[in-house]
Amino acid sequence: MNAAWTIAVKDLKQRVRDRSALIVGIVAPLALAAIFSFVFNPIDDFEFSAQYVVVDQDGGPAARLFVDQVLGGMTGDGTIEVEELATVEEARTLVDVEVKPFAEEVESADAAFIIPPGFSAGVASSDPVSMEVMAGRGDQTAAGVAVAIAEQFASQLQTARVSTATAEFYGLTGDRAEIGLRALAVPNLAAVTDAEATSKILTGTTFYAAGLAIFFLFFTVQFGVNGLLEERHAGTLPRLLAAPLPKLAIIVGKGITAAVLGLVSMAVLVIATTLMFGAEWGNPLGVALLILAGIFAAIGIMGIVGAFAKTAEQAAVFSSIIAVVLGFLGGTFFPVGQAGGILAKLRFITPHAWFMQGLGDLQGGNVADVVPAVLALVLFGVVCGTLAALGVRRGMTV
Amino acid sequence: MAQPTLDCRGLRKVFGDLVAVDDVGFHIDAGETYGLLGPNGAGKTTSISMISGLLKRDGGSITVDGEEMTTINLAAKALIGLVPQDIAVYPDLTARENLVFFGKLYGMSGKALQSRVDEVLEIIGLADRAGDRSDDFSGGMKRRLNIGIGLLHKPNLLILDEPTVGVDPQSRNAILESVEQLSSAGMAVLYTTHYMEEAERLCDRVGIIDHGVIKAEGTRRELVQMVGEHDRIRLETTSGGLQSAVAALSELPSVVEAGAGDGLIELLVTEAGEHLTKILSIVTEAGVAVAGVDIDEPNLESVFLHLTGRALRD
Repeated sequence: MNAAWTIAVKDLKQRVRDRSALIVGIVAPLALAAIFSFVFNPIDDFEFSAQYVVVDQDGGPAARLFVDQVLGGMTGDGTIEVEELATVEEARTLVDVEVKPFAEEVESADAAFIIPPGFSAGVASSDPVSMEVMAGRGDQTAAGVAVAIAEQFASQLQTARVSTATAEFYGLTGDRAEIGLRALAVPNLAAVTDAEATSKILTGTTFYAAGLAIFFLFFTVQFGVNGLLEERHAGTLPRLLAAPLPKLAIIVGKGITAAVLGLVSMAVLVIATTLMFGAEWGNPLGVALLILAGIFAAIGIMGIVGAFAKTAEQAAVFSSIIAVVLGFLGGTFFPVGQAGGILAKLRFITPHAWFMQGLGDLQGGNVADVVPAVLALVLFGVVCGTLAALGVRRGMTV
Repeated sequence: MAQPTLDCRGLRKVFGDLVAVDDVGFHIDAGETYGLLGPNGAGKTTSISMISGLLKRDGGSITVDGEEMTTINLAAKALIGLVPQDIAVYPDLTARENLVFFGKLYGMSGKALQSRVDEVLEIIGLADRAGDRSDDFSGGMKRRLNIGIGLLHKPNLLILDEPTVGVDPQSRNAILESVEQLSSAGMAVLYTTHYMEEAERLCDRVGIIDHGVIKAEGTRRELVQMVGEHDRIRLETTSGGLQSAVAALSELPSVVEAGAGDGLIELLVTEAGEHLTKILSIVTEAGVAVAGVDIDEPNLESVFLHLTGRALRD
């Protein structure tokens, strides 16, 4: 074991001096994570808000119900602001304002609800009625939400009409408007609520930080596992093989080098992306387990390349191809799982997907949730590492 | 009789259809330098790879100080210092770091290691460049460091595989002097080369190898005699009866052939250096005045040519 450590220390000293591992393991992923973070952070920070105006030309009970109850009920938390105007012209003036990005704040509205005269009477008599939604040119989302609010109200009016017609059918008499309003006041039986899921989607920053970290991990560990080929290229392999140490010590030494490089790279990236970009990796113990298992898997897979490639150059090419293919398939650059279909299933043949899945599972807050992902990554490491070790021992000749 | 430091017998190695080494055997005693002389591709490096435990042999036996050498016998490997043909040093480590690293692999540590590193740096003449990275070294300096790593752990047997290839004359001389000193200090040395002059200067015994087979083995003198080559002595004369001198010299058992003409006496003799005094006294007694003596001893090049029908550098 002493010999393995001696070899690992020597390798690490070389890696620090040639700076290649530093660049690939830390600088490149950090830079890319920063770029992605700056690009995608606005999505993370997006908060919906809308400013609506309403012109009630009707003033009847149905119109007031919409203005006071429906729109008024939305203004409580400040997300939606509603102002009631007297005339359509006033509303049009505010809605027609062309809002330019970065321009000084101007008085404007995202949409205007125009309730025409006779609206309430029409509702009460079951005659066709309409409400106009005037959408602005600025925030299309806010305008879309305005249309959805109006449609929802129309749907509720339809429910009230059905209720009134049903009451009349069964011989009930009374004020139609009264019956309709009672129908509208009946609460919904079913409600959609935001349930707490065990697995959550990672935030944009966390997704790209984690994705790039695991992606570049495969490049980082190759500096260790390809060490034997470099020893051969440098002519030092015969000297190592002639020394009184078992071949396994040389292999373990290279493995230690790869593991230390991978560990340092991942640790720096986790800490840096958390502090600098606000990435939320999750429970530290769970993250540590995933990282260790991920490093083990990466060493196993890249070890196969190192074992069967004939030269360091060939190994570098093969390693790059494998790292990129597995990275894309595993969803480190975009969430392949959300694409559905065969790709969503196929991604689990990559350790990258299991790593990302494990991090997602960890967002639920329970460390035990990462166990399946950790086991899958360890399995990758065991199977590929065994193949690599067999190949390396076979190839360790002069 | 003391056991030899290296004893190898009947070594055989086959790569596919190619028999790279066939029935190679020799021994080296402590303090002896043994040369494997042969052209490129003769089987020298393959033999050395088997002897140093890098390559499995297909036949034969190898013992180092009584320890059987295999690819996994670490005790036997610890007795050997290998200096590979290609420079085997880490370019981004300093000379000292290279030596310390390999010293640790051979189980050395602490002050003993540091002290031995200093000693080796002196031997290889790199003490003043110990802190410099080896990629800043000249080819000759790298070669010397390459040798230093091989002798760091004071091996019983030092194997040098063509250690002077591509080295400037000054560094070559320094390397040869180092090898002579190590041999004098009692280290057994196995030296492969295709430079005849190096083999003649360094080696107590030489094995001439070609096509994986040892064609002949012995001291330079033994090899020369083995192939029937003789020393040639030319005596430049100024006066006297050349024919009577030639007749008298022909009587000597060491003189194989004698002749005279144009003021020169030409002799083919065995061991010219040993019999020169006797020859000169006979010539003087015959009344011949000698103005100059030229001795031409047959070298290993001519022996190799005789044995293989081709020159060493072919």
